[in-house]
Amino acid sequence: MSSLLHTPLHPWHVSQGAQMVPFAGWHMPLRYTSIVEEHQAVRTAVGMFDISHMGRLRLDGPGVDRALDRLVTRRVVDMRLGQVRYSLVCDEDGHLLDDILIYRLMDAGGHEYFLVVANAANRQKVYQHFQQHLDEDISLMDLTQQWAMIAVQGPRALEAVEPMVEFPVKELRYYRAVETAVLGRGALVSRTGYTGEDGVEILVGAGAASEVWQALWQKVTALGGKAAGLGARDTLRLEAGMPLFGHELTANTHPFQAGLRFAVNLDRPFLGSDALKEAAVDSLARLVGLELRTRRVARQGYSILHQGQVVGQVTSGTFSPTLQKSIAMGYVQPALAQVGTELEVDLRGRPEPATVVPLPFYHRRKKGSSP
Amino acid sequence: MNPEQLRFTDTHEWVHLETTPEGQTLATVGLTDFAIEQLNDLVYIQLPEVGQQVRRGEAFGEVESVKAVSDLYSPLDGEVEEVNTSLTQDLDPLSQDPFGAGWLIKVRPSNPAQVEELMDYQAYRKMCQEG
Repeated sequence: MSSLLHTPLHPWHVSQGAQMVPFAGWHMPLRYTSIVEEHQAVRTAVGMFDISHMGRLRLDGPGVDRALDRLVTRRVVDMRLGQVRYSLVCDEDGHLLDDILIYRLMDAGGHEYFLVVANAANRQKVYQHFQQHLDEDISLMDLTQQWAMIAVQGPRALEAVEPMVEFPVKELRYYRAVETAVLGRGALVSRTGYTGEDGVEILVGAGAASEVWQALWQKVTALGGKAAGLGARDTLRLEAGMPLFGHELTANTHPFQAGLRFAVNLDRPFLGSDALKEAAVDSLARLVGLELRTRRVARQGYSILHQGQVVGQVTSGTFSPTLQKSIAMGYVQPALAQVGTELEVDLRGRPEPATVVPLPFYHRRKKGSSP
Repeated sequence: MNPEQLRFTDTHEWVHLETTPEGQTLATVGLTDFAIEQLNDLVYIQLPEVGQQVRRGEAFGEVESVKAVSDLYSPLDGEVEEVNTSLTQDLDPLSQDPFGAGWLIKVRPSNPAQVEELMDYQAYRKMCQEG
């Protein structure tokens, strides 16, 4: 355990009595009190998460936009300054290495650069892959441990962060980022998240993390919110139908199988584009949402059955705190992927009925929309 | 039930032996507060039927939380005499009163002396602290 990395907020988590778990090489809070309570705080008010374990790579140099464009599935060269894009990284055989967020930014010196936020478990892999394929005049830096990253998510998230952020966050559009100040300390704030709610993610220097977290916590608790751990982060993203690398996405997943066609621009060459084009996508299993009638949870690796035959596997499952139903995602043969198809999941030797339902399981109500 | 008077398995079940007015020995089995705090966010429990045989160290049911599923292990050999079926509708008594209203099953033990091999309260607490 001593080899596990600590985020700058680790002492706070421990002081709160959080249940700490090893996660992708980090010692992280699974929950402070209850996963369900933390989940509900995010859906109804606001929750704050320490996501400093996420990998953060900075790319700089002449023609960095074209260089990065060749290494990711989604077009980069047409990104605007301050824009954030979801993308995938694969090797030349089309094997997925990670799913990432790309930020196109300009620093205080008027110097353009890109920030790539990668999954904690894939940070080194993505770094090495980029290093191997980038020209020498592009600089690649792993800034993960110099910065902390805090997600503030929920219908009251903007209200919570607004007083602390120099930039008027309500004017920040979805999937946009801005270099600004939080409590007077240099920060990057983006209108992004992994919960299905509105909110922001804040990057601050490791030295400022504790001060920013404390101030935010005061505000969040005053609004009826909570600090939330990785447990709630997982149940929230699952309800929102968002894939997680290591579950819905693996080296052998074709992005089209996972409903990620939007994140792949095949009209330009990139590393792995030929392999992705050549794949016989139509015959591959499809990612579906499943709703079970039992309260039991269909967990990763459980078999999906149709008329007693194994037709796929569960990749993630939970008891949805919002829907009060057992939900899961998994891959099934294309012929069985239609909404309404009746399947079964083998729950430790007992098959239980499961229906294919649309993804996501949960849609937040946008402001002004009727119930 | 006063937890200090119970016996414990290393898989976090507790057992309480009593003698019924008819002179029979009856063992009440439950899950400890420690196990329930560790599991947290309970969503489902599966319990055996009355009349089912249970064996020491073997699973008689399972309890499931948002994060994990755990088998329930019998502390004794015997036959299930009574089942707390209300828990399958409402798990709150299990999290709020694990040593009382949250009991799981009552067993007619075939060898009540097996209880002597289980941990007492102090030994169990020590095990939990040492993790």
